[in-house]
Amino acid sequence: MPGLEHTILIPLIPFFAFLVIGLLNKTLSPKVAGMIGITGILASTILAYQVALGYFFSFGQVDGVFQKIIAYKTSWLQFTDSLVIEMGAILDPISAMMLVVITTVSSLVFIYSWGYMKGESGFSRFYAFLSLFSFSMLGLVLATNLFQMYMFWELVGVSSYLLIGFYYDKAAAVAASKKAFIVTRFADLGFLIGILLLSFHTGTFDFQLLTDPNGPAITSVGGATFMGLSVVSLSLLLIFIGGAGKSAMFPLHIWLPDAMEGPTPVSALIHAATMVVAGVYLVARLFPVFAFAAPEALEVVAYIGAFTALFAAVVACTQPDIKRVLAYSTMSQIGYMMLALGVSGFGEDGLGYTASMFHLFTHAFFKALLFLGAGSIIHAVHTNDIFKMGGLRKFMPITHITFLIACLAIAGIPPFAGFFSKDEILAAALVSNKLIFGVGFAVAGLTAFYMFRLYFMVFWNEAKIEGAPHESPSVMTIPLIILAIGSLVAGFVPFNELVTSNGSLLATELHWEVAAPSVAIGLIGIVVAMVMYRKASNLPSKLSSSLGGIYKAAYSKFYIDEVYMFVTKKVIFNLISRPIAWFDRNIIDAFMDMTAKMTNLVSEGIKEMQSGQLHYYAIYFASGAILFVVLMLWMR
Amino acid sequence: MSWEQFLLMRHELLLILAAVVVLVAEIATGEDKNGINHTAIWLMASITVVGFLPAPVGKLFGGMYVVDSLRLAMKNTLNIGLLIVFLQSARWLNSKENQGRVSEFYLLLLASVIGVNYLISSGNFLMFYLSLELTTIPVAALAAYEQYKSRSAEAGIKLILSSAFSSGILLFGLSIIYGVTGSLDFSLAVFAGAGSLGIVGFIFFFSGLAFKISIVPFHLWTADVYEGAPTNISAYLSVVSKGAAVFILILTFFSFFRELQDVWQGVIFATAIITMTVGNLFAIRQKNLKRFLAFSSIAQAGFIFLGVIGGSELGMAATVYFVLIYVFSNLAAFGVVNIVAVNSGKESMEDYNGLYRTNPRLSLVMMLALFSLAGIPPVAGFFGKFFLFTAAAEGGFYALLIIAVLNAIISLYYYLLVVKAMFINKSENPISGFTSDFYTRLSLVICVLGMIGIGFIGEIYDYLQSISFGL
Repeated sequence: MPGLEHTILIPLIPFFAFLVIGLLNKTLSPKVAGMIGITGILASTILAYQVALGYFFSFGQVDGVFQKIIAYKTSWLQFTDSLVIEMGAILDPISAMMLVVITTVSSLVFIYSWGYMKGESGFSRFYAFLSLFSFSMLGLVLATNLFQMYMFWELVGVSSYLLIGFYYDKAAAVAASKKAFIVTRFADLGFLIGILLLSFHTGTFDFQLLTDPNGPAITSVGGATFMGLSVVSLSLLLIFIGGAGKSAMFPLHIWLPDAMEGPTPVSALIHAATMVVAGVYLVARLFPVFAFAAPEALEVVAYIGAFTALFAAVVACTQPDIKRVLAYSTMSQIGYMMLALGVSGFGEDGLGYTASMFHLFTHAFFKALLFLGAGSIIHAVHTNDIFKMGGLRKFMPITHITFLIACLAIAGIPPFAGFFSKDEILAAALVSNKLIFGVGFAVAGLTAFYMFRLYFMVFWNEAKIEGAPHESPSVMTIPLIILAIGSLVAGFVPFNELVTSNGSLLATELHWEVAAPSVAIGLIGIVVAMVMYRKASNLPSKLSSSLGGIYKAAYSKFYIDEVYMFVTKKVIFNLISRPIAWFDRNIIDAFMDMTAKMTNLVSEGIKEMQSGQLHYYAIYFASGAILFVVLMLWMR
Repeated sequence: MSWEQFLLMRHELLLILAAVVVLVAEIATGEDKNGINHTAIWLMASITVVGFLPAPVGKLFGGMYVVDSLRLAMKNTLNIGLLIVFLQSARWLNSKENQGRVSEFYLLLLASVIGVNYLISSGNFLMFYLSLELTTIPVAALAAYEQYKSRSAEAGIKLILSSAFSSGILLFGLSIIYGVTGSLDFSLAVFAGAGSLGIVGFIFFFSGLAFKISIVPFHLWTADVYEGAPTNISAYLSVVSKGAAVFILILTFFSFFRELQDVWQGVIFATAIITMTVGNLFAIRQKNLKRFLAFSSIAQAGFIFLGVIGGSELGMAATVYFVLIYVFSNLAAFGVVNIVAVNSGKESMEDYNGLYRTNPRLSLVMMLALFSLAGIPPVAGFFGKFFLFTAAAEGGFYALLIIAVLNAIISLYYYLLVVKAMFINKSENPISGFTSDFYTRLSLVICVLGMIGIGFIGEIYDYLQSISFGL
């Protein structure tokens, strides 16, 4: 669309920052490299705000309905007349909202890292990778078609891999980065097959055509079925596998806790606020297709989301590592978002959709804040283990207050941001599915409990750190304060007017019949946590020993990793991989070696022909000529 | 004959003029003969450029001499080849041993290339035979140019003797052909009722020409001569004289021998396979780079036959296109071997170990050249092979195609051996770093531009296709 082409610069600026820092890595001083990265992301933040605000408040609506606008488009690969891969930038409520989220959190993380990563040997490399990530993530949300989205999806995966393994001399970090890459790649295989299946049956990659409620994708392919599922449902389920991999849904969640080996700002940006919600974004992007053509698939999304929310919340209650608690909390909250999408309908019944996007928005602020706060704590005390912390509120006042705000926000206490979005999610669930509502309700209580367990263990309890930890520098605390303000006000954004499933206004109200009990259970969770962890006591150990097996199972993350290890090492490796490897080595390679040996042998055998003696050459010449004469005459 | 008609022989006349200038320069200069290098090179450069100017086409001497667009394109291609050979020779000619005999080198080579031009333009077997001899005999003298080396003398004598032998057979073939058809003019296709004797004549003619192209089993002289002769002469033999012979072969097959199509397709089929295979099998074992390139050029000749066999317009275009690319690729490889030999006296593969560390740019040129010869995209050699394979596939020769692909794989192995030696292998005493002279560098730059550019400039192939013809 004319006048909006500069939208494409929003991802491109960080990309150029990546190129400059990456190519001039050796010649640029770390400070200059960092400045280039920060300037780049700030520039695209300004552009993103300009575009997003313009979209929401001036040009986005036509007759009160938000439109999908193609801001920029170019055909990238033209295979045939009908098969064209395009690259472009789409603007609609969710992509505009994501632009704001990503650029805001990115720029704060970029600035925060200036203090957090100070003196690290890979400082420039860190900024190069961060810029690459921002480029990929922005390209992903702006994708106009499935193919572009898939490409940026993989780019996001690569940048995540690079950043998790940033400390590449640390074995755990390397293992974690490989695990993240392999697990998400495995899930992306489903995504790819889903894309191919869907676009084969609809004849298009384009989101505008795919998601048009009266378009060919939704109306025309209802007929084809496979194993009792319609092809659309099947392909959407496959696509959802990709989304579940990136968003760490059960049972593809195993990479996320380990991904915490990366630097903490990375965890805040990628593994809390932006990349891990890509799966939610994907489902939201294709939501009309889910809602109209594949209600079964949507149901699967709801149950997976609900189960993950509960499962992760239970595990989070037992973990000793501050970042892992946050990681499980992230999984749990993303489960919430998925659940909300899963129970949603389209148009008038689209409360779940709006709630999910709303929660994505608020979660980005308070979860980034939690991670950056955790980073600030780790920076001060040099450990991740909450049992070794305690009493930090006196030493780190700013971190303490901002962390508390984030905890209140995630626990759903009004007027903090999480309250509003969680209320909408639970209200949507209540209307559609009582069981899922029950799970969501329980998770709300658990969330409050484990977050305040963390809070009291770290900031209250008895001090176990020797010496006096100091507050982080202002380059780190200012992003904390900004995010804290965001966690306070984000809940007042009128999402029902801005981001809805069909683009037009959705009538909502505060549902006190849901809100009151959920606030109550949140408060109960907080009180329980306070009783158990505010002061040093033997209550926690008593409780855990009385729970016995359940506690142990949760502490060991329900042995999911072990199950994976058993399946891969014992079953797949032994029964499939080893025979294949044997076949490859002894049959295929041996055949190749044999041909090479034969070639060599023949070559050795005929070398006498080249004797160096001229009269032999003449004989060969003459007999060759005669042979051909005979041959040709005989063939005639 | 009018003046305009006389000017149809523009290429040849200019080359004769150049030869005369070199002769005069020899008389006019004193002890220092370096000036002759410059004179010859810049003369040749101007002739090459002038060759590309638009020129009239037509026939002379009752069809003995023919000029058309395709022949002009071929002449220009081979003139570029000769120019590159000249550029690569200057440094070597300045060495102590050769200083006194600089003009001989240029004179003989110019004489040979005059033969090449007449060969391309010949429209009659008499003309063809005369120019073929003119092409070969000066080169035999040049092969023995480094008299102080016994290998060089051996190369000269081997070339002249085996060449005389092949000429004998070729002439015998021609006389049989004349006997059965009563014609020597290419443009007349009079082979319809030639019978068995005609086939004998054809095969003998083919053997003589196959000798020049180094087709197995008529190739045995190649390795010995390439190894012993001065590198530039080997380069010339492998590119210019071979290119001309291939061209005249395809020309006569598509015109004079068109009615013998089933016979020559059978011969080409068989020789293509054994040439590719034997060339490759020998190339694998070579330790000396000049011998290595000799066998590589034999294998390449086998590949060229893939373009000939279909008898199509596409095939002819592919063949000429391949020769054009081959000029740049092969001369780049020979150029590197030559300059390394001149500077260090080393020419075995082991000596190239670690060359990348001491002479990175030279190694890169060599790598490009070998990639182009092997047919690895995006270097032009890939496109050359691609069109040859297309031509064979179009004709339905799938068995041949499969064998060709297998041979391409084998060739990849030995080309990469050299690349491995330069880039990966380590050496105790690698060839020390040196700077090449201006002319050598210029020649390598031209080759690199050719190897990269020709593949991507689609107009070149389109033009060649527009002037080609099929059966």
